[in-house]
Amino acid sequence: MPDATLKVSQSFPAEFDRRAFFTKIGLGSLGIAAAGTIAFSYEYLSPNVLYEPSAIINAGKPENFAVNSVTMDVNAGIYLVRTEEGYFALNAVCTHLGCLTAWNQDLGIIACPCHGSKFTRTGEKIEGPAPKPLPWLKTWVSDEGDLMVDRSADIPPLQYLRI
Amino acid sequence: MPVKTEQIIEQVRASRVWRSIFRSGTGNSTLHRALAIQQNIFLHLFATKVRRRMVRFSATWYLGTLTFGTFLILVITGILLMLYYHPSVPQAYADMKDLQFVVSSGLFLRNLHRWSAQLMVFLVFAHMFKVFYRGAYRTPREFNWVIGIVLLLITLLLSYTGYLLPWDQLAYWAITVGSNLSSAVPLVGSKIHFLLLGGNQVNANALLRFYVLHCVILPLAAILFIAVHFWRIRKDGGLYVQQVDPKVQASAVSVLSAKEGQ
Repeated sequence: MPDATLKVSQSFPAEFDRRAFFTKIGLGSLGIAAAGTIAFSYEYLSPNVLYEPSAIINAGKPENFAVNSVTMDVNAGIYLVRTEEGYFALNAVCTHLGCLTAWNQDLGIIACPCHGSKFTRTGEKIEGPAPKPLPWLKTWVSDEGDLMVDRSADIPPLQYLRI
Repeated sequence: MPVKTEQIIEQVRASRVWRSIFRSGTGNSTLHRALAIQQNIFLHLFATKVRRRMVRFSATWYLGTLTFGTFLILVITGILLMLYYHPSVPQAYADMKDLQFVVSSGLFLRNLHRWSAQLMVFLVFAHMFKVFYRGAYRTPREFNWVIGIVLLLITLLLSYTGYLLPWDQLAYWAITVGSNLSSAVPLVGSKIHFLLLGGNQVNANALLRFYVLHCVILPLAAILFIAVHFWRIRKDGGLYVQQVDPKVQASAVSVLSAKEGQ
């Protein structure tokens, strides 16, 4: 296509002179530098090592929990429940805005003091602003025979641990 | 001896040191007084001349000035409180209690800081209501209204970040709940939450981050936007004064006369 090359060679010097070239180079490198700054800032601001408590909790011997009991570990923010079907652990942090819920023995429900959400013993939502039920947490028995809970691992509800 | 005092003041104002700092020169002419405002780095933000009715109490109720006054009190008391407060988990609560019960005038300064903070939020809203109901936000002042909105957000963020610093139960749960709100942002919510707290829960990193935001980043942002806010008053034609628009008056008259003609 000889015509096309002719057109390019004619229009090229007028639209793309040396000054425009250096302006583009300059703006391009500034753009790359800005993107790099954002990336580095994000990396710097997100900590790589956290000094937070371990997600895995040793709850002690399973025999310590009576049948049909709800035991709260306030420091870990979990409930350990033993029913006739078996053991399970619930995350005690309210799914609404992160307050710590509490077990009410008399009413037999879990209630959040912040905004009034209520849950059953198995974590199902009864009422309140909470959008989701309290998640069930992964539980297992360690080699030493201790009941273990992983707070970072949610499991589908009603998967009882039978010992 | 009032005459002698005036002579001394005049001598000081005519001295080389004074003239090197204030270059507008001695004299009480309108030009000298205008230059004194115009050539001062702080005062040049404001107009050299204002209409008397602009600075009447009824025009603004001085709500913006009062807000700035509470901000100055907060800066001064805040810097003094920083001398006794360590933003660390073992010490923060104890330092706050020390300020209340051990440090001389600590209770006074802490309460002054707290009450001024509450008052500042109230005054910001009162200032905005006054501006809104007088219609002072309209052209050509609409951009200064936007800067005012930014200053409202900075004020609320200053209140929020300061709320964590006592490190008591109220602070801990308020920040837990408040920071979880940021998780509701679509797609990047949990990232924002993580960056804000410097972790997954309100902890040592969160305390330090909120301290730096409260004592350095947000006050600097506030000072910057306050300066622009003040400067824009001059640039947008001075403080708003309610006046009858001649066009509105004229159209009202023509409507009346047209009705009479029927």
